[in-house]
Amino acid sequence: MTFALKRLAGLVVVLLVASFLVYGLLYLVPGGPMAFLLGNRSGTPEQIAAIRAQYHLDDPFLVRYASWLRDALTGDLGSSLVYRQEVSALIGSRVTTTALLVVYATVLISLGGIALGLLAGLRGGRVESAVGVLTSVLLATPPFVVGVLLVIVFALGLGWFPVFGPGDGLGGRLYHLTLPAITLSLAGAAFLARITRASVQEELGREHVETARARGFAERHIVRRHVLRNAAIPVVTVTGLNVAGLIAGSVVVENIFALDGLGSLFVRAILQRDFAIVQAVVLVLVTAFVLINLLVDLCYSALDPRLSR
Amino acid sequence: MTRLGGLGTASAVLLAIVAVTTLCAPLLAPYDPDFPDLLSALSGSTATHPLGADALGRDVLSRLMYGARTTLIGPVLIICVSTLAGTTLAITAAWAGGRVDAVISRLLDILFAVPGIVFALVTVAVLGPGIPGVVTGLAVAYTPYVARVVRSAALRERNLPYVAAAWVQGRSAPAICTRHLLPNLRPIIVAQSVSALGFAVIDVAAVSFLGLGVQPPTADWGLMVKSGLDSAQRGQPLEAIAAGVMIALVVAAVNVLGDRLGRRR
Amino acid sequence: MSLLTIEGLALAVPGADGWKTLVEEVDLTIGRGEAVGLVGESGSGKSMTARAVLGLTPPGARVSGRVLFDGAPMPSGRALREVRARRIAMIFQDPRAHVNPVRSVGDFLTEAMIGVLGLSAREAGARAVALLDEVGVDDGARRLRQYPHELSGGLLQRVMIASALAVEPDLILADEPTTALDVTTQSEVMAILGELRREHGMAMLLITHDLELAAATCERLAVMYAGRIVESQPAAALAGRPLHPYTSGLLLSRPRLERVSDRLPVIPGRPVAAYEADPGCAFAPRCAHALPACAEARPAFDGAAACFRSAELTLQGDS
Repeated sequence: MTFALKRLAGLVVVLLVASFLVYGLLYLVPGGPMAFLLGNRSGTPEQIAAIRAQYHLDDPFLVRYASWLRDALTGDLGSSLVYRQEVSALIGSRVTTTALLVVYATVLISLGGIALGLLAGLRGGRVESAVGVLTSVLLATPPFVVGVLLVIVFALGLGWFPVFGPGDGLGGRLYHLTLPAITLSLAGAAFLARITRASVQEELGREHVETARARGFAERHIVRRHVLRNAAIPVVTVTGLNVAGLIAGSVVVENIFALDGLGSLFVRAILQRDFAIVQAVVLVLVTAFVLINLLVDLCYSALDPRLSR
Repeated sequence: MTRLGGLGTASAVLLAIVAVTTLCAPLLAPYDPDFPDLLSALSGSTATHPLGADALGRDVLSRLMYGARTTLIGPVLIICVSTLAGTTLAITAAWAGGRVDAVISRLLDILFAVPGIVFALVTVAVLGPGIPGVVTGLAVAYTPYVARVVRSAALRERNLPYVAAAWVQGRSAPAICTRHLLPNLRPIIVAQSVSALGFAVIDVAAVSFLGLGVQPPTADWGLMVKSGLDSAQRGQPLEAIAAGVMIALVVAAVNVLGDRLGRRR
Repeated sequence: MSLLTIEGLALAVPGADGWKTLVEEVDLTIGRGEAVGLVGESGSGKSMTARAVLGLTPPGARVSGRVLFDGAPMPSGRALREVRARRIAMIFQDPRAHVNPVRSVGDFLTEAMIGVLGLSAREAGARAVALLDEVGVDDGARRLRQYPHELSGGLLQRVMIASALAVEPDLILADEPTTALDVTTQSEVMAILGELRREHGMAMLLITHDLELAAATCERLAVMYAGRIVESQPAAALAGRPLHPYTSGLLLSRPRLERVSDRLPVIPGRPVAAYEADPGCAFAPRCAHALPACAEARPAFDGAAACFRSAELTLQGDS
């Protein structure tokens, strides 16, 4: 329990530092925050005054940061200069798409990657080399290339999947998200397959597995009770790392498939120099990464009794 | 070369060909990459345009040859900077130990937890779209990739007797680090930065694909995949496939080399 | 009829340049309830011999010869698993590595009782506590909930012994059961193992590099060198009047508590593996009594020793 608390404290520190950096970024922009906030627009005096008021530009830096942080903690992330809308509302309406996409891809990665890795690790021989080649190819192909190729083959060529758009209802949405989720998951699945294979093979050679053999247990029982459980520890870590990568990858994938998620909002905000959105999205992403890391650490100690206290 | 094995040699040859083609693009390319042959737009493979022409009628093969420049220079720059920064941080941490090490390690862990592309997008948001922003962000993001591995190797190396021997002989810390530690760590540094290069190629191309990196009309593989996607919807997938396959091939070759270099140590 | 009979056992593993022989021409018998010590230095092939009995040889290994258990050849497949599960138990050197670190002690102990003997989880738990008590581990119920890393090496080895007793086997193969333990726990663990073995009437093959330990625990000893058995005698005879110069060397190179010696006699040279041995007697290069003939042909094992000069030499033993 103290372990979890300690981790939680570390998490808060990381988030504080991250939020400080994210807020401070505004001041690194050539020309200062004013030039940035106005972007390419030439502001009227009233607009400039409004921005100065909104961002409290006349206050000292730390005071401004503190009030920004206070607002952020209460869910007020400021308002978008382009959309003229609350940032939290903009994010809220898009976060479902991204979350759905990431969860879908995580499921695909976990099923596909672990299955392939187990197959290679337990069968060995030709199956193993085939999986090795497949994972190398998948790891070398960037997600956006995979996505574009999948669109060309399965959406434009064979017509099995819709090219763009969100779809209606949960079934429709999942159907529309299938190609994006596959795109997002392939590299992660390949990586996970490799880790699973290595981990399974390492465990198979362990002394305690020899003990289990000497005790006359069936191979199936040994794999289930002694190999998989022990091999799960690195697999969980990699899955966690993968999910962090997926959140980043969703930025790209949403843009290929024109999905209206956090990622496409982020990219558009950067292009339109809509800094309130950029700050908010980065903060949401960093929070997600840190939370995932925490989750992985907790899984870790649950899986390995040597780490829990 | 023989120590690289068949696949390793093939990868090295492929990269060499790409490098030479890139350097000699003005001599080798059949067309000016920006010349619009509007009659051939979206033509597909023809005798005059072996890989077809894009939506504006520009020759895809020529653009691939020129595009390798922007596609590869960014990643190489990123790796140079992050390897330099990572190695310096790692050796400082390993040498100083104690609190300095703790702070540096924690910092690297946090950096490592945030995917590279997010860094790139943040710096692009600050510096504006274009290669400078992308390179800055990714150079920071890739620093822990090299530093974490080098730090643990340097810690191991630091405790070896020869370091103590040099110390006893009255050499200064920087002298020991550069004259003794660094040469011994070089294989690890090289292997790690080569495999980071593969990821950097992917990330830089992805940012360009998003429209935040290299800006049109410059020829660039990431941008070609993007414009190729539009062409594909109009029935001509060749540009997207050609650029996508080139990126994958280069990354695969870099990965194989990194793997072989890593294995030899 | 003996419980276990090994005849002409040979074992080779694939190496970088051809097969590497680790064990050859090993003959060994163990009677019901008998304790036999198999003694040798590391690399002599003693562990491999024990593993070969249970078919636990390294992947790709080539095994020949016959292993008869209870009058029948060692089976394979499901029947082999049945023998491993119920009739021959193995105790390994390093309990830390040989017990799954992520499963609790209770899991480890009850696994076979539930899976092999078909007990319910509750019955198995109760039996596990009783077994732990038998091997001298008190507070069994709490121990069952603990994980291997929370137990000392000595305790963990007792758990391993308890797991072997759980299925009431006919034969225990104990591979250096005390080598990884502290000196003070070694004798305790060995005493418990010996005592329980006699009580339950189980036979034991004790594999060890410690001739003294083997002589104290076993009725009969066999000494291995370079993959072959070089001497086999009842324990007292072997220690008192060894027939092979190697056995004598092993006996003499031990320090004595009762005598101060400036310098221990050592066997010159280093032990070799079977595949490194010369065509003659593998021990000849290190042997003080070797004749030119020893380097030319390999002496056969005559049931007591494998030495051309065993009849003429009077070798120094324990006393």
